[in-house]
Amino acid sequence: MLEIKDLHASINGKEILKGVNLTIRAGEIHAIMGPNGAGKSTLAWVLSGNPAVEVTHGEIIFNGKNLLEMSPEDRSREGIFLSFQYPVEIPGVSMVNFMRTAVNEQRKYKNLEPLSAADFLRLMREKKELVEMDNKLTSRSVNEGFSGGEKKRNEIFQMAMLEPKLAILDETDSGLDIDALRIVANGVNKLKRPDNATLVITHYQRLLDYIIPDFVHVFYDGRIVKTGDKNLALELEEKGYDWIKKEVETPVEQ
Amino acid sequence: MEQQYIDFYKESHTLIKQHSAALMNNFRDAAFEKFERLGFPTSKLENYKYTDMSAPLSIEYGLNINRLQFQINPYDVFKCDVPAIHSYLFFVLNDTFYPVNSTAKQHLPEGVIIESLRTAAENYPQLVEKYLGKLSNEKNDGWIAFNETFAQDGFFMYVPKNVKLSKPVQLINIMRSDVDFMANSHNLIILEEGAKAQLLVCDHTMDNVHFFSNRLTEVFAGKNAVYEHYKLENTNILNTNVSNLLIHQEDSSNVLTNVITLHNGMTRNGIEMIIDGENCESLLCGMVIGDKNQDVDNFTEIVHKKPNSQSRELFKYVLDDSSKGAFAGKIQVAKNAQKTSSFQTNKNILLSKTAKMRTKPQLEIYADDVKCSHGATIGQLDEAAKFYMQSRGISESEARLLLMFAFTADVMDNIRIDALRDRMKLLVEKRLRGELSRCEGCMIC
Ligand SMILES: Nc1ncnc2c1ncn2[C@@H]1O[C@H](COP(=O)(O)OP(=O)(O)OP(=O)(O)O)[C@@H](O)[C@H]1O
Ligand SMILES: [Mg+2]
Repeated sequence: MLEIKDLHASINGKEILKGVNLTIRAGEIHAIMGPNGAGKSTLAWVLSGNPAVEVTHGEIIFNGKNLLEMSPEDRSREGIFLSFQYPVEIPGVSMVNFMRTAVNEQRKYKNLEPLSAADFLRLMREKKELVEMDNKLTSRSVNEGFSGGEKKRNEIFQMAMLEPKLAILDETDSGLDIDALRIVANGVNKLKRPDNATLVITHYQRLLDYIIPDFVHVFYDGRIVKTGDKNLALELEEKGYDWIKKEVETPVEQ
Repeated sequence: MEQQYIDFYKESHTLIKQHSAALMNNFRDAAFEKFERLGFPTSKLENYKYTDMSAPLSIEYGLNINRLQFQINPYDVFKCDVPAIHSYLFFVLNDTFYPVNSTAKQHLPEGVIIESLRTAAENYPQLVEKYLGKLSNEKNDGWIAFNETFAQDGFFMYVPKNVKLSKPVQLINIMRSDVDFMANSHNLIILEEGAKAQLLVCDHTMDNVHFFSNRLTEVFAGKNAVYEHYKLENTNILNTNVSNLLIHQEDSSNVLTNVITLHNGMTRNGIEMIIDGENCESLLCGMVIGDKNQDVDNFTEIVHKKPNSQSRELFKYVLDDSSKGAFAGKIQVAKNAQKTSSFQTNKNILLSKTAKMRTKPQLEIYADDVKCSHGATIGQLDEAAKFYMQSRGISESEARLLLMFAFTADVMDNIRIDALRDRMKLLVEKRLRGELSRCEGCMIC
């Protein structure tokens, strides 16, 4: 589904991603862990097409298409979804209007008729239930004045509305209380299908108790430096990152 | 440029007066002398720093001082496609009030007068004399003096004590001419104690010639009166409009003005709210959507003369291409106007590198126990918000549109007529989409 080959990217001229290689197949769940500033969010930005990040080398193939040539909106319409680490507030744009526009633009891309008002509201209701989202939130402006946890829950709600093929969850667990974490994780699991995939970026092994990954990658200094199964997450939780750093840095000194 | 108008007045003042009302003629010569002295305001004047009218003034305009009627019935021409707004509908054709059609007249509540100013001045001289020119005569402004020199007629509305109009009054200014044409009109609006009225003024052009309209409006809001004044300008690039709106408020009156420019050539709105009473509320809003070479200057003044009143001001501009915007917000608080609160906001978005915005707050506060603030910003669309929307599959153009629309939302929310607000939102959205590229009949009704 997704193939990233030797990806290099920079922000404001500073190289952040230094040769990322990653393959994700349909049905898989991948987790990325790694210290602050390693470049995890930058990778998520590149996948979703944030113009602030400049790709200097490498390629990304998504379902047979060259992702890097696509506009952010077309990537979304092709099935990429990013749950933002820091969701953006948009005062004056209502959640309903935002979601309706998004859903209908996605439908247009697939040559489908726009949803009728009734069908749209039904869909909203159904997906709100899935993530147990408060009705009041959807009647407000996008993320405006939402608490940290509410914003994260709203991201999963949007994901449920758009049913992406590849969902990238960038620290969706941080800021969530225990109950919310379970609800969000359940939401993700309920949306899981054999033909879609999930990339979870997290600092905490706790989330991986709910969303069980097939692969765990350690991200360090702009690259994936180690890959394992879910046990790697447990090991990281226990030992921290120092041993990884040593492992990575030793060969350089040789 | 003044000279031709000065000569013209000298030649034809008898004729001008003959086709106007005595009460308007009373101050005509004095106004003319003032205009001779002041001339047209130029950008050398502090209050007109960003208004350069030399280009539209270099055009030769015809004036209709003989008051020739033109041969259309606006009630036939302007059929409402969307009868969402039930209003009392009136027309001023160029500068002439169109005789009231009898059905509109019939449904006005007892005692309410809506007429041509000229007729009203003849039929109700005492009433008109008490108010006419009382705000404008004292002003030292070249445009106002010019208006008082040449205006022969206008719109008159009188709402007697405690009468509340349940429907808005809609006034459509239509410009229609085969040659470049200038119209000057003087409007007078009187709300007695406890009266309530909403006026919606729409500017409309029918022909692709150069039009210059100079509108002077005096509003008197008595004690406890509630008045809303909406101005919607949706003309075209050949149109120049100077509007001076002077409002006088007495105790506990509540006045809202909301001036919206969607299309025009050059516009100068001079708005002055004189809060001459206690416990008044004044809300002054406006919005501009500019592109091409549009040029819009809103020059506002709020004068707090008495204690315990509140004023709030909110202006938003979205400027594209080479359009220009200017906003001046002058707030004066007199020495005894304690406990005044006055808040002003002006926010602007520039969509292109060549669009220009000048904003200037100006607070003159002589009282010591007041709450006043002002804030102005000039920026671009929020890139992070735009990307967030795109990442959900919303196209860039649609994301920009949503952001621009959101930006104007609070000005729209200050339209207190529900049907008008819905209609305006639709118009603004169309305008932002670029679908409303010219005036297409009356867009409101
Ligand atoms: N706009 C920017 N200008 C300069 N440097 C930036 C910018 N945005 C991010 N960076 C840098 O890029 C590096 C990678 O940041 P990124 O957000 O991808 O890290 P991360 O792995 O997601 O960290 P965290 O775990 O804290 O979320 C950091 O050193 C950060 O300071
Ligand atoms: Mg991050």
